[in-house]
Formats: sequence, structure tokens, C-alpha cells
Amino acid sequence: MKLSLGPITYFWERDAVFDFYRAATASPAEIVYLGEVVCSKRRLLKPEDWLTIGRELQQAGKDVVLSTLTLVEAASESSAARHVCENTDFMVEANDASAIQYLSSAGMPFVTGPSVNIYNHRTLSLLSRLGLKRWVLPVELGLEALAELQERRPSGVETEVFAFGRLPLAWSARCYTARSENLPKDDCRFRCLDYPDGRLLSTREGKDFLVLNGTQTQSARTHQALGDLARLRQLGVDVLRISPQSTGTMDVLELFDAVRRGEAVNDLNERLAALAPAGVCNGYLHQQAGMDNEHPNAA
Amino acid sequence: MELVCPAGNLPSLKAAVDNGADSVYVGFKDDTNARHFAGLNFTERTFKKAVDYAQSRGRKLFVAVNTYPRPSAFPRWKAAVDQAADLGVDALILADMGVMDYAAERWPDLRLHLSVQGSVTTAAGIRLYHEHFGIRRVVLPRVLSVKQVARVIEDSPVPVETFGFGSLCVMVEGRCLLSSYATGRSPNTYGACSPASHVRWEETPDGGTDTRLGGVLIDHFGKDEKAGYPTLCKGRFEVGEHTYYALEEPTSLNTLAILPELQSIGVSAIKVEGRQRSPAYVAQVTAVMRSAIDACLRDPENYSPQDAWMRSLGSVSEGAQTTLGAYHRPWQ
Repeated sequence: MKLSLGPITYFWERDAVFDFYRAATASPAEIVYLGEVVCSKRRLLKPEDWLTIGRELQQAGKDVVLSTLTLVEAASESSAARHVCENTDFMVEANDASAIQYLSSAGMPFVTGPSVNIYNHRTLSLLSRLGLKRWVLPVELGLEALAELQERRPSGVETEVFAFGRLPLAWSARCYTARSENLPKDDCRFRCLDYPDGRLLSTREGKDFLVLNGTQTQSARTHQALGDLARLRQLGVDVLRISPQSTGTMDVLELFDAVRRGEAVNDLNERLAALAPAGVCNGYLHQQAGMDNEHPNAA
Repeated sequence: MELVCPAGNLPSLKAAVDNGADSVYVGFKDDTNARHFAGLNFTERTFKKAVDYAQSRGRKLFVAVNTYPRPSAFPRWKAAVDQAADLGVDALILADMGVMDYAAERWPDLRLHLSVQGSVTTAAGIRLYHEHFGIRRVVLPRVLSVKQVARVIEDSPVPVETFGFGSLCVMVEGRCLLSSYATGRSPNTYGACSPASHVRWEETPDGGTDTRLGGVLIDHFGKDEKAGYPTLCKGRFEVGEHTYYALEEPTSLNTLAILPELQSIGVSAIKVEGRQRSPAYVAQVTAVMRSAIDACLRDPENYSPQDAWMRSLGSVSEGAQTTLGAYHRPWQ
């Protein structure tokens, strides 16, 4: 199984992004997804910057994919998504229907991200005919649905599973980070920069529950599939996705690399806990509530 | 502008038709549709009556088969499509590409509408479904401003339906997993958001009420507050130092104030949310929307929403308050 580094979902300072990908060149990740997938106002990196980063990663032997915005609303966002789809350097991860349309009508091969709803074999086959080369299992689907899908997967299509990170749960027209600061979206003052791992939302009894990341809402808990790697391998999963966090992401990649190689890892649970500030979860993989934490078989 | 109204049972369907709906949308009694609630929806027998009642009065009947089946469940979704087609419905409202692919192949003459659960917000996305499945209408998610809806309509190959009234999803529909994160059941796979089976109401020592979903505290109400249903995105949470409705307040969408705008940008149909609501709700909302749309079509220049309409819709709204939602930029 290959490891991928998903797109950065947060808004980081420009230098932090460059530093992050410099570190990624030396990481065990074989595939790297680049680009802004949450908010079109986050423009500290220009399209050319992403291409530059992509070329550097490619030179380091990484397979580079450009990701498109997930919720496209404004005409300017449609144009930006189209621009990404028309690039001739890298394959594209389509994160909504418009990107699929741009890519398939141009005869370009593509990947679909976790927010593209592929819930059954018929959808998978249809998209395969339109040029799908790899798909990410929707995060709410578990191992049972995955097994059914893998059984009827068309040839030439790779399967990727979201294996580590805060879960992408919802997208809105409203910016919840701006709202949390009593600011309107149109004058958000880029407050997302103050929250490099999103802003924590807790229940009224003080339990961490969700994370506000601009127009996106994530889980507070970190979803992790480490305990299920053997099963994922058995089901023929090709790629495991690690979703970037502001710290520790390269350690996560090292940990997954060690486990996939079958190396004995000391203190696995402790090391995982240290990388998940609000605790871990894996309920989705086990047909449970996503926030649940099942005790899986040992890796 | 066509008025499209919800019906969760036969009395509601009759209420919609009798009060002026041009079309009524319904679902079957299982998880093939996004209002999969106990005691709701249509069996084969009541469904036949529904088709007869609507069509014999010159109205249209639509069937929503708008959830996402996994492979082993796919045959049931096919059966739902076949059952609706066999009985001569006027359109199917579908979300899943695989189900759509099946319906387009098996029933090439049947009208297909892309459900709001299809989560498509752009003209290019609509073209994808138009080119491959020949959809003839799209229902837009409640995430676009009026200006953005206008842009989509300009470039869309098919007519556009938008929401006019009802409970407000603040997340883009079809891609919201908040409920499944807390309960394991999602609108996409199970056909219900914040399902009643996972709700708990608990009295607290202060005489108030805690409302929980999947064990998660969604809100606490004091002794003198009216406790509301724990819909996940309408709860009060803590962010930083503040406790507030972090995502959205309990409120309903109400577009009476902007009907002329929706008409002038070319919206073809106005949808009312609420298949889970009572026949009285359907009758009341349909009657108000009928009057308002007629007034707007007659004289859009001088149209303004009547106080009585606003009061009537306010009385059946969540938290007794309404909003223009994403149509109105400052809401965002």
C-alpha cells in the first residue's frame, strides 16, 4: 500500500506551506495532493506557487496531484477550478461535480476526493468510463461497504482510504471561523490564519466535538485506520491518505510507513495519542458513529 | 414559477393539492429517500392513490429516491425507481449517479430531476448530469446567494428549482456527515438527519432539559426555556470563551421577501421543505406560498409579502423565526 499526503485543509502562512512540502520531499509519502480545497479567499499561494511546489516534489520522486475546491459557489471559483483542471503538468483530484465535468469532457484522467459521493459499484463504473483512475472512499463508509465496492471495482481504478486526520464532515456557504469572531464572511480578516489546525468547538459540558475550519466543519477527534491496515490490505486498498496537521504530520507518515512494512512499533497507541490532540476515533470503518473508537484487531 | 410541495402521507398530499401546489413530491416507506422517518411515507397502495389524486386534478407527482445505496442495497433502489415508473409518476428526484444511470437506461422517457442531495452547485456540474443522464431539472443546494443562483441559471442546460420555505440545511446537502459522525446514520445512507432513535431528552437538576444526539450534548435549556429538538447544526456549543449557536440558530428558510428577485433571475420552481411535517403544516404553507407566488406573478413591481403570510409561516417555523439564509450575503 502506498501512502498519500492529502491536501492541506487549513489556512497556513506561506512560509509554513513551503516548509511543510520541503519536509514532505523526504517523507515516505509516495503521492502528494496540493492546492486549496476549502476556501477560495485563501490565496497566500498563487497557482504558480503550487505548480512550483509540485515540480519540486515530482523531482523528489513523488506522484503529484492537484486538488480542486470542494464547494464551488462563485463564478470566480468555477474559473479557478477550471484552471486547475486544464493544467497539463499534473493529474487532478476532482472534489465536486463541476471538476469531474471539466476533466471528463476534456478526456483527462482524474482522481475523486472523499467528498465525491461514490457509494456503489454502478457509480464507480460510470466514473471509470469517464476517466477515473483513483477514488477516495467517502469517509462515512466502513469496511463492509468497502469490501462490497472492492469486489466489483472496475479494472484500472485504484482505491484510496482516508487513514489519518480530522474528518472532513461538512461544507457551508457560511464561514464559521468568521462567525466565531463576530465577523462577516466578506470581512473575515483571514482569522483562519490564527488557527492552523482549525478552531475547536466543544459541547456545553466541555467535551471536544468538532473543529471549525472556515466554511468547513471537521471532527475534533482524529480518525485513524492504523489498527485496520491488515484488513485494508486484504481488501486490495492501494493508497492510505494522511491528512496534514500543523505539527507531527511527518511523524504520522513515518508511523504508517513502519506499520505497513510490518516493523514492530513500540508504544504505538501512545504515539498515536500524542498525534491526536482531541483523541482518536475509527467508528466509521466499523459501521459505527464516526466519533466512536472501536478496538480493532492489532495491526 | 411552479410550486412544489411536500407530502409524507395521503392527507398531506391532499392538503398540498387542495391548497394549490402545482406538484407534490413524496417518498417510499424506506431508506431510499431522505425523509426516512417512522410512520411516514407511502406504501404501494397509498402511493397509487397519491398518483391518482394528484394527476386527476391536473397536478404532478414526483418521487424522491434520493439517498445513496451501497452495492448490496442497490437492488432496492432499482425497485423503488421501477415502482415509481410503473405507476406513471411525472418525475423521479434522484441523487446517486449509479441510480441515475440505472433510471436513465431502464426508463429513457421518464423525467429525471437532480435532487438537492446530489449536491451540485454549478452549471458545469449540472452539465455532467444532463449529458450523461438527460436530467430535465436541478434542485440547488441552499448554499448560494441570489446572485450566484442567477449565474447558475444563465449557464444551466436545464431549469432550476430552489428552496422557498422550510427547515434550513446550513451545510451543502448531500455532503453533510455531521449527523452520521454522532449517530452512525446519515442523510445520505439512512435518509434521516439527527434521527429520533438517537435522541435523548434529560431533565437536569436545575429543572431544565438537556438534549442529546448520539450521547452528545446538543443543547441545555433552562427551566423557563422551551427545549427544541436536537438537530445537530442548530445546537448551542462552546467556542473559545463563548457559548452560542455556533453553526445556526433554530430557524427556517423563508423567501417571501425575495420572490420577485427569484422570478426575475429565472427560477422555474419553488420548493417547500417538510415531508416529515403534518397535513396542517402542508395546507398552511402551500396556501401562503400559492397566494404569494400568484401575487408576485401578477404584479412583481408592486409585490410585497403580506403580514398575514409572514405570521402564518413564522408560526410553523423552527424556533418561530425565519431567515433568507445563504440567498442573503450577510447571512454567510
